[in-house]
Amino acid sequence: MASKFIESRGQSLEKQQFTWREIVQQPFSKLNDDAFSRVRSILMNGIEFESVMFQHMLARASHDLRPHLARVRQIEQHQQKAINWMLPPDQSPLETTIGYEQVAVEVTASIAQNEPDPYLAQVYRFGLLEDFDHLYRYSALLDRLEGKDANNLLQSYTDILPGRPTIEEHRSALDNLRRPYDRRKADPISKLNVCLITAAEQQTENYYLNVGPLFSDPVARQLYAEIASIEEQHVTQYESLMDPDETVLEKWLLHEATEVYTYRSCLESESDPRLKKLWDRFHDYELGHLHYVMELFKSIENRDPAEVLPEKLPKLLNFGNHRSYVRSVLDAEADLRTNGMDIVKREDENPESIAYRNQVNREGSPSQAVAAGYRWIPGTELNQKIA
Amino acid sequence: MKKTTEMGLNRTGVDASPIDSKDIIGAALNSTPTSLDGDEEIAKIRASYLREAKPIGTLPIPGTIKGGVSTLLEKLAGNRPELLIDKLGERLAFERTGTRLYEALVQKCRVLDTDQAGIPVATLERFRDQELRHFGLVRDALMSLGADPTAQTPAADAAAVASSGILKVVSDPRTSVMQSFEAILIAELADHEGWDVLIRVAEEMKLNEIAASFRGAYDEEKVHLESIRSWLSYLMLTKRTAVKESAA
Repeated sequence: MASKFIESRGQSLEKQQFTWREIVQQPFSKLNDDAFSRVRSILMNGIEFESVMFQHMLARASHDLRPHLARVRQIEQHQQKAINWMLPPDQSPLETTIGYEQVAVEVTASIAQNEPDPYLAQVYRFGLLEDFDHLYRYSALLDRLEGKDANNLLQSYTDILPGRPTIEEHRSALDNLRRPYDRRKADPISKLNVCLITAAEQQTENYYLNVGPLFSDPVARQLYAEIASIEEQHVTQYESLMDPDETVLEKWLLHEATEVYTYRSCLESESDPRLKKLWDRFHDYELGHLHYVMELFKSIENRDPAEVLPEKLPKLLNFGNHRSYVRSVLDAEADLRTNGMDIVKREDENPESIAYRNQVNREGSPSQAVAAGYRWIPGTELNQKIA
Repeated sequence: MKKTTEMGLNRTGVDASPIDSKDIIGAALNSTPTSLDGDEEIAKIRASYLREAKPIGTLPIPGTIKGGVSTLLEKLAGNRPELLIDKLGERLAFERTGTRLYEALVQKCRVLDTDQAGIPVATLERFRDQELRHFGLVRDALMSLGADPTAQTPAADAAAVASSGILKVVSDPRTSVMQSFEAILIAELADHEGWDVLIRVAEEMKLNEIAASFRGAYDEEKVHLESIRSWLSYLMLTKRTAVKESAA
């Protein structure tokens, strides 16, 4: 493997082809595959979805770029399907949701520790404790609604504990906007991190929007509506870290670089041989996309892609448990709140957010109801009720 | 409790839209499919996946978080304990979900006041408590064999998929008591068969203590099944499906 970020040209676009049989393969095993195979699959589906949606948005605003975007997007969309279809159908929507929150916790924790900018790292830690609490609430729902143990999915990698309580996460609109990085000064890994985490949160919200209505239990429906609302706040928060003054091609370049980086991270850590082949193939494809966009960047903006891209491959994502780190953040920062673009102590929270929160919670809180008195134990809390 | 299933504006059948239905039936009859042999083509695709499919998963290797392999499982090794462990895992998961199922049913029947219709909520609560106790019995049986009762076995996984619709029906506030009982009936029928098989397997493997504890659970499950059947007959014969009354 090349150690420099852009040394390999990858696969040319013309050779990036699929059949339906290739797109729809045998899924991974919910029981036997490592939980991080599920984490990677969910993450990369989100990364590809962001790629496709970004390319759609750009196409709506750029006549000249439309054909280039269409060529690349046709491949990205099939990558996305191939990855998403690796999820096994014996995972119920709520079980898959547990997988989504494990992604949010472990990937955000990895990024936060690998982020050189202290403000950005603080923002990631802030969001981390909220997704951590979502995992706790969904675990309670899985136990109390379906009689199942969330740890069957988490495989003891991730704690099931309260974080910053979901009931207190609802904020007024402007309190979700953060200070963007400066595109001229930010470390390239900072830009990749923002792109990555925004994609992950967006797809998490998408998923909850899709599956929330599939539940008949009203407590479940309310909980999904509530947590999906927080995920929308997270998307607003993380995307606001992007410098709006980046050119569109700069943004596209960063998107492709993020895909190369995350596929490489997956490839280096994957234990399932079939998934590993998929990551390898798509890493090659993304290198091809990156080179394609680099040529556009040079010819259209007359700029050197090295201005934007990392000099070498940054430290890869750490697909492993971060329990000690998360616990330390929980001890220190659960009480933090926001006031405008700043993360502040509880007593300095913007009163507008408090007012907004009081309004949405006025008729009760599903996240409080579902997890009232809940403490995870192996094999579900019914174990405690047996005499 | 409320009235029978009402007649109203169900729009799903062709009779609900005679003019449009006649029109679209005609258009469909005059159309030509773009490919033929639908059943065969579907079967071919399924066959190609079936030939290559690997199982959904396996059992865990026996052991505990303290380490070590159960000597009891070792003794059973000649008798292929994997099937027993798999089915015990299935039963455990079923009883666990069954407890939550009865909790949802109890809450529904309490609000809809089924006591007035001769379906005592207290009896349903007793059934719920029995499901919980059955869960405990299976858990203890697994632990006595040195197996991990927190593991999700392949049979448990498949059974959860099969029964997922039952929970959805019962926990839907729009479904009637009768619809909920019909869903529970499916669960109780499966439960009844499941216990019967487990007792016979345990007896064959000379696990006499486990078999004896399971017989008590089986007797209780028989009462559940008969009670649900009896209540359903009553609801059908008296035409009391207990559709939830909307707030005035």
